[in-house]
Amino acid sequence: MSFSGYPRPKGYVGTRNYIGIISTVSCANDVSCWIAEKVKDAAVFLHSHGCCQTQPDLDTVNLTLTSLGWNPNLAAVLLVSLGCESSSVDLIAEGIAKSGKPVEKVVLQKMGGKTNVVNEGTRIVRAMAETAAKLKREEFPDSELRLGVKCGASDTTSGLLSNPATGVACDTLINNGGSCVFGETTEIIGAEHILEHRGATPEVGRKILEIVARMENRAIAMGVDMRGGQPSKGNIAGGLSTIEEKSLGAIVKAGTKPIKAVIEYGEKPEGKGLFLVDTPGREPEFLTALAAAGAQVMVFSTGLGAPQGFPFIPVIKITGNPNTYKNLPEHLDIFVELGEQGVTQAGKALYREILEVASGKKTKAEAIGYGRFPNIFTIGPVL
Amino acid sequence: MPLKAVVMNAKDNVATALDNLKKGENIELVINGEKELVELKADIPFGHKFSLTEIEPNSPVIKYGEVIGVSTALISAGDYVHVHNIASARARGDLQGGKE
Repeated sequence: MSFSGYPRPKGYVGTRNYIGIISTVSCANDVSCWIAEKVKDAAVFLHSHGCCQTQPDLDTVNLTLTSLGWNPNLAAVLLVSLGCESSSVDLIAEGIAKSGKPVEKVVLQKMGGKTNVVNEGTRIVRAMAETAAKLKREEFPDSELRLGVKCGASDTTSGLLSNPATGVACDTLINNGGSCVFGETTEIIGAEHILEHRGATPEVGRKILEIVARMENRAIAMGVDMRGGQPSKGNIAGGLSTIEEKSLGAIVKAGTKPIKAVIEYGEKPEGKGLFLVDTPGREPEFLTALAAAGAQVMVFSTGLGAPQGFPFIPVIKITGNPNTYKNLPEHLDIFVELGEQGVTQAGKALYREILEVASGKKTKAEAIGYGRFPNIFTIGPVL
Repeated sequence: MPLKAVVMNAKDNVATALDNLKKGENIELVINGEKELVELKADIPFGHKFSLTEIEPNSPVIKYGEVIGVSTALISAGDYVHVHNIASARARGDLQGGKE
């Protein structure tokens, strides 16, 4: 099977053709937005990090922003810096330049302030957009796709219907030679013994147990029962009683294929197959991890109705909850009918939708522009 | 007639409601191809769980053929099963020593 996408340097293929405006620190978010407002086809990535953090967290910020710059859905990148931040605009620019795509920077404190930065940034992004507009979509095999999968605002229908249907689509893409990325380490707690045996090597299996223990210990260190935070109040109202129940339903969305590698937050894995990224499940941080890992399309399975997408990645919403599907037509793309047949059918319908969306069809979240507030996952304190 | 509840695995001791179910209803379930009836002892909201058997306190509660938690009270067949009578065994920073 195939889709039509935008060819990028080094053999990558984009499903969208945006100019990325990436803020290197929270203090540059406003100017990033002002530049993005002035150019059609600009997509802005904002976050609340990049300064007054310990080096491991700053390394995560640098790595994540570099990987986001590599995402094939971006034709070119403008980095927007304040100047005095601890994240490194130069390091990020060097890293993105290795992708072979154009990358430039603007620095507020060196350029005389907001007005100059917005004018210069807008000039750069407009020129990048003019060049990018000349690119035409071409036909590519679906093996060029990397799908990110996520479940959120889950209820019990997630584990029964929408996650299994997402798993069918994942398996199909991997059978066809493509890649999938999943994560949400917190939502593996109680199901890690199943995923351990899915590791492509014993080392991958051990790594899965290690990241789950690390995440669980972070929660334990808070000295309280995690329940209420995970599963969330909404999950509990939706019928999920424990993290174990949530996890056992959640892992199904990644299908049944061997897990090739476990990657750290912000990393971009090489090669094809199924990858697991170590990150919590909360949407703003997790969707960023999928985008950093190179996903050009995402599937987001939901029970109660999670509305958010991502600034430059199409996010397809799928639910098995009939009430949610009926009540939230602005937000949900696909419905899974009850029953085993329903899951298989929905999995096939979802796969067709993935190819159409990859080829340019807008998702519900894209149509209304929902998803402007992603974030980056860091571990240490704000100092 | 559509199924009113589903049992995910033959090892399970709970079922998941596929509709808002009422106390006193007899719910037909299919387990390993066999039909089984359970009378509900409480209203069960859509997506929530009820017990298929008697579950002693401090016993495993099983769904998807896997342990999803531990009972904190005696649970009878047909009882509502949720946060009031099952606890998680994981990420319990509130318990001495954390993990069990």
